[in-house]
Parts: sequence; C-alpha cells; structure tokens
Amino acid sequence: MASSETVPAAGRRARGLGSFLRSQMRNIAPFLTLILLSAFFAFASPSFATLDNLGNILTQVSVTGIIAVGLTFVILCAEIDLSIASIANVTGIAVAYFTLQESYVNIANVPLPGAVAILLALLLCAALGLVNALGLTVIGIPSFIMTLAMMQIAAGISALLVRGQIAYKVPDLIATLGSGSIGGIPWIVIVAAVMLLGGHLVLTYTRFGRYVYMVGGNREAAEYSGLNVKLILGAVMVISAVCSGIGGMLGVAHFGSAQQNEFDTYLLDSIAAVVVGGTSLFGGRGGIGNTIVGLFVLGVLNNGLDHVNIDSFLKILIRGLILLAALIINVYAQRLREKVAE
Amino acid sequence: MPEVRSPILELKGITKSFGGVEALRGVDFTLYPGEIHGLVGENGAGKSTLMKIIAGVHTEFSGRFLIDGQETHFRSARDAHAAGIAMVHQELSVAPDLTVAENVFLGNQPTNRLGLVQWRRMAREAGEQLARFGIDVDPMSRLGDLPIGLQQLIEIARVLFSGARIVILDEPTSALSPPEVERLFATLRRLREEGTSIVFISHFIEDILRVSDTVTVFRNGRKVAETAASATSKGALIEAMIGRGGEALEHSYTDDLLLPQPSDRAVVLKVDQLSLARSLQDVSFEARAGEVLGIYGFMGCGQQELSRILFGKLKPDGGTLAVDGAPRTFASTAAARRAGVALVPESRRDMLFHQEPVYKNISISLLDRISSLLLKPAQERDIAKRQVDQLQIRPPVVGLDLGMLSGGNQQKVALAKWLTYPPKLLVLCEPTRGMDVGAKNDVINIVRDLRARGLAIIVLSTEPETVLSLADRILVLKRGAVVREFKSELVSKDRLLEAA
Repeated sequence: MASSETVPAAGRRARGLGSFLRSQMRNIAPFLTLILLSAFFAFASPSFATLDNLGNILTQVSVTGIIAVGLTFVILCAEIDLSIASIANVTGIAVAYFTLQESYVNIANVPLPGAVAILLALLLCAALGLVNALGLTVIGIPSFIMTLAMMQIAAGISALLVRGQIAYKVPDLIATLGSGSIGGIPWIVIVAAVMLLGGHLVLTYTRFGRYVYMVGGNREAAEYSGLNVKLILGAVMVISAVCSGIGGMLGVAHFGSAQQNEFDTYLLDSIAAVVVGGTSLFGGRGGIGNTIVGLFVLGVLNNGLDHVNIDSFLKILIRGLILLAALIINVYAQRLREKVAE
Repeated sequence: MPEVRSPILELKGITKSFGGVEALRGVDFTLYPGEIHGLVGENGAGKSTLMKIIAGVHTEFSGRFLIDGQETHFRSARDAHAAGIAMVHQELSVAPDLTVAENVFLGNQPTNRLGLVQWRRMAREAGEQLARFGIDVDPMSRLGDLPIGLQQLIEIARVLFSGARIVILDEPTSALSPPEVERLFATLRRLREEGTSIVFISHFIEDILRVSDTVTVFRNGRKVAETAASATSKGALIEAMIGRGGEALEHSYTDDLLLPQPSDRAVVLKVDQLSLARSLQDVSFEARAGEVLGIYGFMGCGQQELSRILFGKLKPDGGTLAVDGAPRTFASTAAARRAGVALVPESRRDMLFHQEPVYKNISISLLDRISSLLLKPAQERDIAKRQVDQLQIRPPVVGLDLGMLSGGNQQKVALAKWLTYPPKLLVLCEPTRGMDVGAKNDVINIVRDLRARGLAIIVLSTEPETVLSLADRILVLKRGAVVREFKSELVSKDRLLEAA
C-alpha cells in the first residue's frame, strides 16, 4: 500500500471511474504530456527514438534528478528551496578545493585524502541546509526569503574558494560516480536512480514520510496533532541541501570542471521537474513518482528540441510555454480534486 | 398566507450522494417569497448538502430545480449568486486583514468611471448598512481586530444586504451573544416584510421556532416533516429529528443542578498564576484525575488562549504549569503530547486533514507509538476501525477521505485520534458546538466514559449548556481572570451567566 497515492484504495472503489480519473488528474496529466512529447519528437526526428538517445536523456537529467529528490520533500511541505543550485555549486567546488589540483590551476587549495574531502564537502552542504532550517523554523524567516539569502551566501563561498579560477580534479570516487560507467550504464544514472528510489521509499513507507505529507497537507492540523512541525521542516531543508550537495559533487565530475555559476540553470530545472510532475506547490500532494515523470518531460523536451530543426533561439521560448502549460495543468488538477473531495 | 403565492424556489426529488453514500434521498423543498423557512436535523441529515445545492456549491445531483417556475441548473456558486441566491456558511469566511467596509463590499466595491475604488463612499455606505443592522463600528477599522461575534454579524449583514432574493443562513447564531441574536432576528423580520425569502438552519430549536414561518425536519437524508412553526413545539421537532422520545435527551438546564463532591484523586494538572498579555491574568487552578473541569466564559474571555497554552501552542508570559507534579514549559505541541496532554480545538478545520482518509487522521497522533521507522498501515487501519466502531462514526469506512464526512462525524474523528492511547489530560474546546441532540449525547457519553477511565478532562465552552451537561466542577473566566468557582453546590444557566 503506497501511502503517497492521492486516493486510498477504499475511497477509490467507492467512487465512479470518472471521478477517480479526475482525482488522479495530477498524476495522469504529466504522464500524458510525456507521451505526447515523446510521440511528437519520435515522429519529427528519426534520431530521437533510439536506445542511444534514451541513454543521453537519462544522463542529461541525472544531476537535476539528484537535486530534485530533496526538493520534492521541501515542496511537499509547502516550502521552497531556492538555494539548491548554489549549494550544489559550492559543494562541488569544495570537494575540488580539498583535492590536489594540477600545478597550473591557480587555486590555494588544501589537498586532503579523497574520503576526507568528500566528508568535508558533505558537512558543508549539510551545514548550509541547517542554516536554512534554523532561519525557517527558529527565526521564522519564510523559506522563499531565507533560501534566497542562502543562494547568495553559497555563491559567495564558491567565489572565495575558486576566485574566478577553474578546478578540475576531484576525488577518484566522485570522478567515477560522476563520469564513469559500468556495463555501459553511466554511474551517475545509477546514483540518480538509487536516490530517487530511496526518496520514494522514505516518503511512502516511513513515519517521517507520512509526517512530511501531513505537514504539507495541513500544517495547523499537524501541530494540533502534536507533531513537531519545526523539526520536520528543518529536516527537509537539510535533506534538500545534502541532495543538492551530492548532485553538485557528481555534476562537477560529470562536467569535468568546478567553477563559479556552473549550476545556475539547475535551480529552475529542478523546481520545474518537481512541479511539472504534478507535485502540488501547496504541499501534501505528489511524490517522487511525479518528480520522475517531471524529469522525463524536461529531459525529453530539452533533448528533443535539439533533434528537430528549429531556430535555436525559439527553443527557449517553446520550453517556457510548455512549462507554463504544465503548471496550468497542475493548478487545474488541484481544483478538480477539491471538487471531487467536496 | 404563503400558500396562495407561487413559490420562488422549488426542488423536487433531489438525490445526492458522496462516494456511494447517499446524503439526500428524493427530497422536495419549496420556498415562498417573504418566508422564513427553518431547517432542523441532526448532523449529517442533509440540511447543509441541500443548501449547498441551492447555492450552486454542489452542482451534480439528480432531481428537478425550479426558480420562479423555470427549470434551472447552476454550474457554479456564481450562477446562483446571479440568480439572487446568497449563503452564509457555517464557517466564517471573511477577510480579516481588510477593513470592515471592504468586507461589506467584498467583490463589488463602488468604483468611479476610471475603475478606482471610491473609499469615502464605500465607508459611508458600509456604515449606513451596518447601522441598519444595529452595528456601530468604524467602517475603516480592520475586521480581524473585532470580536468573532461581531465579525460574524458583519458577514451576515453583507449577505443580507447584497440584494439577494433568497438568503441561506447556516448556523448563524452559534457565535453570537443574546443581544446580537435579537438584532439578527429583527433584521430578518424586516427583510421578510420586504419580500426576501430566508432559509435558516440552526441547532438552537428555540431560535428556529421564534423566527421561522415554516419548519422542515430532516433525518438521514430525507425530509420527515414540514409544518408551520406556530403549529409545533420543541419536543415534537426533536422527536421528528431523532426518531425517538425527545424530552429526555434535551435538558434545558434552566433548573438548578447539584454539582457532585469534588474528586479527591491525584492532581493531574496544576496551573499557577498563568498570565498572557491582555488575555489572561494570574489564572490558577487544578484538574484532577477522573474529573471533568468546566471552564465557562463569554467569547474572548481568554479560554482559547488558555487551551493553547496547556497544549504548548502558545507561550505564557508568566506563571507555571505542572503535569503530574512535574513542572513543564512546553516548547511545542509535540512536547505537550509526550507529556500526556491532548487538545481538541473548537475548529475542526484546524486539526483534521480533509484530503486524507479517516484512518490517517486518526493514526497521526499515535504513529510514534506503533512504529519507530516504517509505517504499519494494516495496524493503523485496525486502530482506526476500532475507534470508528466505538464512536459510531458514519459512514464506517476508514479509507474514505475525511472531507466526505459530515461535520458531527468529523468532530468525532477529532476526538478519536486521542482515544487509543488516552492522554492524562484531555482539553476539549467547544466539544458540542454546532452539533445536534443525538451527536451531543454521544459526545457527552464519550466524555463520561473517559472520566470513568481516570482521565482529567477540561471542557472550555461559551455555551452554558455544554459546561453544565459535562462538568463536575466549573470555573468562570471573565476578561482573562477566574472570577468564580462552582463546586458541590447548586448551579444553573442563570447563575453561570450572572457570574460571567
């Protein structure tokens, strides 16, 4: 029994198929979008629907996917984390900073054993997440503002560490996971899959996961039920930061370099993946399954537009319009569900 | 005589179901111009559902719907509004951060030719409208700063003066003081003279009898009686509502009632010199095991704040709390729960998850007792099932979304979540507000049963009947201070009102 399902089994049976479909709109609509997009690109370009290209798409969405795992927790709680890309960036830079660079790289780096470097980088992102958590729960700064500030802080730390330079070396483990492959499957895809699966299991089968849904569903009621709402909100902010940090480290290995502003596009991509997939921005509805569909919609869209012959400047606009359409569906799905629940 | 006029609204054979559960079964309902039509029935009998159909909130149902003899089908509340139908819902729906005038004109502020809001005109007209209603308040003050009763009156005034031909009032008097109720009734009568039709839903049968021309009684989704108000009595209506002898159930509490000897069992809660800004001043009392302590006072007397402090939701400015002799300063509601304190607040909306199934609503407060890491859904359902059976929650389907239950059943769910692992101290705010006789009786029995099991129970209410029907000992709270304690002596509604 998956508790992240939007309708419990008994309620589902009691209602007609029509209202079941409407209540599942949140899950169906993104899936339909994905199928339509895939069908369109497969039709428009012979090079799109190939096994090779599927591998490309998977690899292209991996870093976004890793970051989006933590962000899904945050959005399910009806909060937001705008610092994910910056934290990914600073963590990637930190792990390079603690690794011995080639002599031509002009960075005052502090070479440490690989395991220590990874541990320090993880501690850094966890600490930044903790600052987000404390700002949100103890001081009471709205997450939108708190993480906006953290976005700057993390970017600032990145700047201080690399000082406009580019670092290339990362610990071997990170290099393998980020850019290596096993049996033809890139390690980064495997890591993303494992983390998405882990996130799903936590959200669906653990007490903490239930609390996340309940806090997102009705925060006031969660508090009146004697849940430690602040602890849960704090925990999701830390989870988000750590996922971002892992995404950042692997991303640096994947791209082959660590530098300022390397992850800027990942902020919007990650939020888009979560929301396009159908997880409600109002909290309490959705899950990792939705995020995976959202990742594929985004991946197919980005990849497919490269396979068809259109003005590359038009692509940005098309991307925006398709994301807008997905968001409109998200809001309508919410309304439809409320109508069914009446 | 209404009979010779043609009806303004006619419903024939209305049937409506929610997830396979029939809320209305073949109901006919007729409303004439210039009529006040009272509706009574237990929670879940179908009153609110029928009214939401009339107001265009529920748009899917079977049966015929005629306005002025014309077949009509509303697709939204907006359609109903355009047809001159307005409704005041049970839950307050005002904008607390806007001014009184903006609330009165919500949605149709007077504007000039440029489309700009005419503030001065709006304030003046809002003031005039409210004055007609006997409300004297600065139209430019923030609505949220006013007492709840006044906010409710302003919302009712807005709907009454919106020019609607049919006005539906769902439990309008529950948060009003007696003089406010008088003013409301005077206004309703005046609107009736002007030809407005009014549907009036209330659990206060005296109110229904005083103001209505016709009374319709619902039971289990059916209309069981329709009669002229002058030709019936409270006893007859209650009997029709619950289908069993009514007098024994509805105690009027106008006579003296002897409170029992105070409990001499252990002190569970000791409150000493509690104070909070303007809300509470040096409140001290004890609650003992196996005792129901009633705390009575008017709206805004500090009850709400007191209950929140006991449950760790608010921090007091001064004073101490001790549970089972151990001093406590609750940093969170989680800490209060762990210390054995449970709270059911007055608003169901605040403590239930409407989009989640019943069993998750019940298990949320005890998950940490049955699982450390992984959820145990089967056990959750079992526990919920037991509570649903014990409290006779209808329909008895634990997988149904909570939002599909009627108000009274939701209230039972709110109580059920605390009962599997009973707390040491149970704090109930307005446990029977807006409930019908049968459900009230159920709650009274549940509370007595818990008392017998040795819980300390605190019941806070602004309704003297609630406190009198439950409490062994009664404190009267006035402007944040305890002004009187009734114990092992005679008490009555009059004496309580006098003390408050």
